[in-house]
Amino acid sequence: MAKDLVSALADLKEKEALKIVEDRLGGGEDPLKILDDARRAVEIVGKRFADGEYFIPDLVYSGEILKRITDIIKPKLAKASEVKRRGKVVIGTVAGDIHDIGKDIVVFMLDVSGFEVFDLGIDVPSQKFVDTIKETGSKVVGLSGFLTLAFQSMKDTVEAIRKAGLRNEVKIMIGGGQIDDQVRSFTGADAYGKDAMAAVELTRGWLRG
Amino acid sequence: MEKKWQEMSAEEKREARFATLLSAEGVHFQSPEAEASFKANVKRLKDVIQLKKPDRVPVLILGTFVQAHLYGVTPFECMYQYEKLISAHRKFLQDYKPDLFSSPAFAGSGKILDILGYKQYKWPGHGISEKAGYQYVEGEYMLTEEYQALIDDPSDFWLRIYLPRIFTALEPMAQIAPFPNLWEIVGVSGQMIPFGIPPVQNALKALMEAGNEAMAWIQNIVAFQMEAKGMGFLNTAGGAAKAPFDILADTLRGTRAMMIDMYRQPGVVLRALERLTPLYIKQGASMATFSGNPVVFIPLHKGADGFMSDEQFKKFYWPTLKALILGLVAEGCVPFLFCEGSFNTRLEYLTELPRGSCFWIFDRTDMTNAKKLLGNTICIGGNVPSGLILTGTAEQVKAYCKNLIDVVGKDGGYIISFGTSMDEGKPDTIHAMIDFTKEYGVYK
Repeated sequence: MAKDLVSALADLKEKEALKIVEDRLGGGEDPLKILDDARRAVEIVGKRFADGEYFIPDLVYSGEILKRITDIIKPKLAKASEVKRRGKVVIGTVAGDIHDIGKDIVVFMLDVSGFEVFDLGIDVPSQKFVDTIKETGSKVVGLSGFLTLAFQSMKDTVEAIRKAGLRNEVKIMIGGGQIDDQVRSFTGADAYGKDAMAAVELTRGWLRG
Repeated sequence: MEKKWQEMSAEEKREARFATLLSAEGVHFQSPEAEASFKANVKRLKDVIQLKKPDRVPVLILGTFVQAHLYGVTPFECMYQYEKLISAHRKFLQDYKPDLFSSPAFAGSGKILDILGYKQYKWPGHGISEKAGYQYVEGEYMLTEEYQALIDDPSDFWLRIYLPRIFTALEPMAQIAPFPNLWEIVGVSGQMIPFGIPPVQNALKALMEAGNEAMAWIQNIVAFQMEAKGMGFLNTAGGAAKAPFDILADTLRGTRAMMIDMYRQPGVVLRALERLTPLYIKQGASMATFSGNPVVFIPLHKGADGFMSDEQFKKFYWPTLKALILGLVAEGCVPFLFCEGSFNTRLEYLTELPRGSCFWIFDRTDMTNAKKLLGNTICIGGNVPSGLILTGTAEQVKAYCKNLIDVVGKDGGYIISFGTSMDEGKPDTIHAMIDFTKEYGVYK
């Protein structure tokens, strides 16, 4: 059995990964160090997804294993560790639409890529996006939607951001099953991403500059 | 002497089913032209599926609420005021004249859902706006430890575990006994005991009330379908079925749980998939028989590009989907696979299917590549984007359709259609898609 938590988790070997965590905790190791290894592993998962080696089930499963590891470690942590973040993103499924699978994958990928994500959930009114941009000072906004009714909700949200005087402060990306560049142009968003990796690339590009 | 059904080959069964469809029993055609149009629509569909060059590219309108939306009728009204739904569908056929239409049955009845207290969806006026189409609520409607119960006896699982979980009014059904317990004198008496419990009796009353509502609903639907035939139009599908994997991943376990099951308990997942397969062959075939239309609609979800690896598709998704398709084909049915998202990485698998046996409507799939790979095997269609229809111009739509007809429609084997089942519409672009195809899509 490998002793390496990073590769066990990155290779989605759940039992092995959990055993290593238990062993290392039992050996008196600093829980923070274990959690850090787990985070590094999930970063590798994200990279494999980006490279087309991993697919959505792999992401979901790695998230599940990470959750189990965190559940084991959390009670043993003195205080929550702070990870240095690369920038803030506000994201949500737009008004009228309750689908969240796609949005959750984007949140997961942004999170493991080092961004601080403010996930507003589903059926999010445009004002809520505006308020959260103001509160957090986020520079990137992600609007998700699965249904065609989301086209109009996205347009309304972009418009609400503009009316609040924030349009030049943020970059807005949209995504979802029926979204394409035609829809992007209709909504007035800055870009559309066809998958979670595109969302990460867009965010990286915008927050770098 | 006529051959018995069981003695007929798949092809003979299919011919018999198409003959039934063509005979249009009980239909009053509104004019000789309407009758000719109906027959032409049947022939066009049959030709295109069987990879014989039809007279022109068939036009299929795939929609859940789009027909109503074009006439200002909300999804809420569609689900609660059947006459408004039907009236919009009638006007839609009169004004837009597609060859193949989607049944108003796709809207479903909200009243039935109210009576039963359905928890698996939100629908207009019930958790979401009256203007929004129904939306699935992700959840684990079958628990991880219930696989064996499903495999042992799917109908018992449905009756005593699944129904009580998804319908508030049917929670007491959990108290009834498994029906195989009923054997001989004492078994009969014992089996009846739970039906004396007042909550179980209330659940049965709810079922009867839902049944009464279902009768009112289906009378509207069937009357319209007959009327539509009489106007010369063809209902796209006569039955429905689902890929066994999607039954698990959509209907029972939910997306996330199912993805994790593929790693944690692959063996039991495979057994469940095999157990479910014949049930959906039966569903599709029996609905096709009942409706007199061989086409069986199969919406595909969790096998699309990205939703699993190729290895997982090959192991978990494809074998039972293929078995479902072949099972339906053996019964003389024509599976209509509806692939939202994209299917680019799965196309090679489709070459394993019998030539001209089914048709696939794609959404985001690369159609040029699909034509190249599948052109000699199966009929394909779709790919007109919802975004273009809802936010584009008529000219853009025509240009898009022209390219599809030129490239994918070359020598037949292509049906024009939206890539998704639309909830909303825009008159100019939808007219452009239909009218342009009817004019430009004629084969010389």
